[in-house]
Amino acid sequence: MALNKEQIAKRIARELKDGYYVNLGIGIPTLVANYIPAGMDVVLQSENGLLGMGPFPFEGEEDPDLINAGKQTITTVPGSVFFDSAMSFGMIRAGKVDLTVLGAMEVSERGDIANWKIPGKMVKGMGGAMDLVASARNIIVAMMHTNPKGESKLLPACSLPLTGVGCVKKIVSDLAVLDITPHGFQLLERAPGVSVEEIKAKTAGKLMVEGEIPEIVF
Amino acid sequence: MNKVVSGAEEAIRDIADGNTLMLGGFGLCGIPENCINALVKKGVSGLTCISNNAGVDDFGIGLMLKQKQVKKMIASYVGENAEFERQLLSGELEVELIPQGTLATRCLAAGYGMPAVFTPAGVGTEVADGKESRVFNNKEYLMEMAFDADFAIVKAWKGDTQGNLVYKETARNFNPLMAMAGRVTIAEVEELVPAGELDPDHIHTPGIYVHRIFQGRAYEKRIEQRTVRTRE
Repeated sequence: MALNKEQIAKRIARELKDGYYVNLGIGIPTLVANYIPAGMDVVLQSENGLLGMGPFPFEGEEDPDLINAGKQTITTVPGSVFFDSAMSFGMIRAGKVDLTVLGAMEVSERGDIANWKIPGKMVKGMGGAMDLVASARNIIVAMMHTNPKGESKLLPACSLPLTGVGCVKKIVSDLAVLDITPHGFQLLERAPGVSVEEIKAKTAGKLMVEGEIPEIVF
Repeated sequence: MNKVVSGAEEAIRDIADGNTLMLGGFGLCGIPENCINALVKKGVSGLTCISNNAGVDDFGIGLMLKQKQVKKMIASYVGENAEFERQLLSGELEVELIPQGTLATRCLAAGYGMPAVFTPAGVGTEVADGKESRVFNNKEYLMEMAFDADFAIVKAWKGDTQGNLVYKETARNFNPLMAMAGRVTIAEVEELVPAGELDPDHIHTPGIYVHRIFQGRAYEKRIEQRTVRTRE
């Protein structure tokens, strides 16, 4: 069975470490916040100008001046701090943020990522993604392994306009966990009940499979 | 030095067709609602607008787009505005999408008197097309130019008669950066106080950057994505 969005987020949460400052992108990455292990000290950065992002507010306590980068109403936590957008991207550019998790339309076997534009069809813009991928020390991509037509989104080279070059370190898809290595995608784990053959068939880029590949256990 | 004007109409009195405007805010958070409404009423057109987003269809910069007042939009993310996407794909609207950190830093550069900055954002992508790049410590950086805007229009929480500004929570975002970057900076605030009432240690934007200030009226402060949790 392929992982659902919550399970992808849950698996990514295992990559968190105590003391990490983490930027979570819009969509599946946002869900990672729900699976931070109890007792682990992780500070969430929201690039619109907040360190220490808390959960959604209780109904009736929404504050229009307090939102995250996805424009959702949120809360602060003890120790939170606000700053302007230049300082926000300053701390990102200076490598102070330990981990960035974001979504992707395509990732190449060299770690290139495309997630901001489909020429002639969809133009939403890159937001902060280009700044994040150009500077983050560790980038994990949360994505579906294939598009709705069943075509691979893990490619030899991206076909869509790039967001960043050679920057993705790890992918957690609905089918597998993979590292990006100098030799291409390296299969680390597979979703429960998903065979190595299926992952091979749905990975268009170069895929390295070494030894037994364990299933992800929840 | 008293910077107080009567309201939005007086503050924007000399904004003319073809001007370049910076507008503070992130999404609909911290946008200068009063000045946007006054610009819509005034009907100036052919504007170049620099803002992180382009509002939604019926609020914020979206109101100016609907009236075709905007010739060119410089933004980082425009995903919440269907009319914007329509005008862009049909070629009616000129759009320059730039990375959000680059947008912020180009404002900062203008306010700090620096002609250009170097950033790694966009290296190897179409954002780099036609731009000068340089390698520092084995990493490539793009040279990005400081903005030059006729007017910067920002929204603050509190301000004083000298133009000193304080922002609230994440409504700060691009506002202090744009406040520094306009040739003429207009600030609208929720609460205007006499000089001396704001703690000098707590002021975010020094009044030297601000030319006109007024207390805005009837803030709607629309929420774009209302997300809540339930009490257990």
